Amino acid sequence: MLHAFDISFAYPQRRAAGDRVLDRVSLDVARGTVVGLLGPNGSGKTTLLRILAGVLRPQSGRVTIDGRPIEEMTRRDLARHIAVVPQETHSAFDFSVIDMVLMGRYPHLGIFELEGANDQAIARDALAATGTSALQARPFATLSGGEKQRVVIASALAQASDVLLLDEPTAALDLGYQFEITALLRRLNAERRTTMIVSTHDLNLAAALCERVVLLKQGRVVAHGETEATLTAENIRLLYEVDADVQFHPLAGHLTVVPIARSR
Amino acid sequence: MPARVDALAGVDRRVPIRQRLLWTVAGFGTLALAAVVFAPLVGSTRISLASAFDRSIPYADNIDAQIFFVARLPRVLAAALVGSALALSGVVFQALLRNPLASPDTLGVSAGAALGAMMAITFSLDFSLLGISAVPLASFAGSMGALAIVYGLSTARRRGTSAVVLLLGGVTVHALLSAVIAFVQYLADFTQTFRNVRWLMGSLDVASYAPIAAALGPLTIAWAGFATLPRVLDLLSVGSESAAARGVNVERTERVALISASLATGAAVSLAGPVSFVGIIVPHLVRLIVGADHRLVLPASALFGGAFLIGCDLVARTIIAPLELPVGIVTAIIGGPVFLWLLFRRV
Repeated sequence: MLHAFDISFAYPQRRAAGDRVLDRVSLDVARGTVVGLLGPNGSGKTTLLRILAGVLRPQSGRVTIDGRPIEEMTRRDLARHIAVVPQETHSAFDFSVIDMVLMGRYPHLGIFELEGANDQAIARDALAATGTSALQARPFATLSGGEKQRVVIASALAQASDVLLLDEPTAALDLGYQFEITALLRRLNAERRTTMIVSTHDLNLAAALCERVVLLKQGRVVAHGETEATLTAENIRLLYEVDADVQFHPLAGHLTVVPIARSR
Repeated sequence: MPARVDALAGVDRRVPIRQRLLWTVAGFGTLALAAVVFAPLVGSTRISLASAFDRSIPYADNIDAQIFFVARLPRVLAAALVGSALALSGVVFQALLRNPLASPDTLGVSAGAALGAMMAITFSLDFSLLGISAVPLASFAGSMGALAIVYGLSTARRRGTSAVVLLLGGVTVHALLSAVIAFVQYLADFTQTFRNVRWLMGSLDVASYAPIAAALGPLTIAWAGFATLPRVLDLLSVGSESAAARGVNVERTERVALISASLATGAAVSLAGPVSFVGIIVPHLVRLIVGADHRLVLPASALFGGAFLIGCDLVARTIIAPLELPVGIVTAIIGGPVFLWLLFRRV
């Protein structure tokens, strides 16, 4: 459904030097799947997500949704197809949780149109799906990191898009919240068949959540495929120069990655 | 760090926005209207509202009506327009820069407008463009120039806005422009300097409808721009990248917002000089009552800003009567401590 073909990108200040952040990257995401983007710092994960979200434009290559090139879509139109969950969200002002979730309705409303009963119902549904209904009148700024992230996911759900792009959604969270967000994303995928692309440094998160993974290094795709087949000790060494033990964990129900040593 | 109160004050957020908007506009609208109607009654000569609006007495014989409409109403209307323009600009700057301490005066935009206007006055520039005369035009140019410097500084590295860079940049631009203003004043003759000094303190010496009419042109353009902004400002204040991902055309919105705010600040300054702190206290007080939603904050700030400055001007012209204080002194004496309190709360 979401298709990126031959994407190359360099940031303007580095363009002359020929430093490409992304070099002919292709990506194919089927409806209802969760795809993990893995790679070391600077491998181009975030840049790729920003291109998929239409925030950045690639120098070459193109992104299509259901066959439609995203550069032919307006910002609002695109936002009805793709929603983004950033790593962290801060609000400069005192928005309540329900205020934050209702902002997700923006691309569905005219400039002067106020949210109606339908939008309220969608927002309440998104709150329920993320387990944040009890927080709805709380100021967003007073929530814990995990609660904030769940509210931002609710806001993305209220956007009623086909795809969620999540940029290291658990990176700023402690272990308990990491687990909680992972479980929430799995549940959303199972219950709503929400399509997701998740960039992460957490290999165990990727193993728990993603059906497929794409491994990026220095702006190129070095491997991609089903998680079981692709998240191997070999590929981890290739990406991070770390020797790791990769085992299927019977209690967790997915692969687990234990880093052992820096490889030489 | 967000400016926060632990429990959300004021209106219950679960009440539908339509209803909250209605209550907000009705409440603050009544306040603003009351200020416009009752402020002209106060002054050295007492007049009565009933006789000022009494149609049975011919206007030529109705002293109360003459005092109301000729001597006092222009000044009150000017206060309303200036207060609302500065408050609106403050709201817009705060949302765009994601910083509740941003305002026309802390960013140096008012100083830029003041310099522009003062140069137009001192050197008796006389031109007009699209029906807008030299002083508001020059003050718009000044506010745009100052804004370009500060905004460029704070966004140059594309890492969002650093509050420190922003405020230091604003202070520096303000100091620099004040020096240039002092230089222009030095060139002016003595009587001119006296008038300039008063004007630079922020003073509503408006004795006719002509300057108000002159300011209405740029203000109308600014209002039209502001009208498209409320919901977009909500999204932008959470982050420009997430706003873009929700369907906001960020570049276009920022352009509309910055030009509208510069025009409004320019018009306000050309009318009353750089009246300080209105753009920061009014939006802050309004947020305490209506919450953060810009669909409420923007209209409420416009109405409350007008009422607030009418009130300050009432104090300014009665506290040491028969002498009048420049209204900027009153707003600064109220605003300075409020600003410090805001800073302390954020530390």
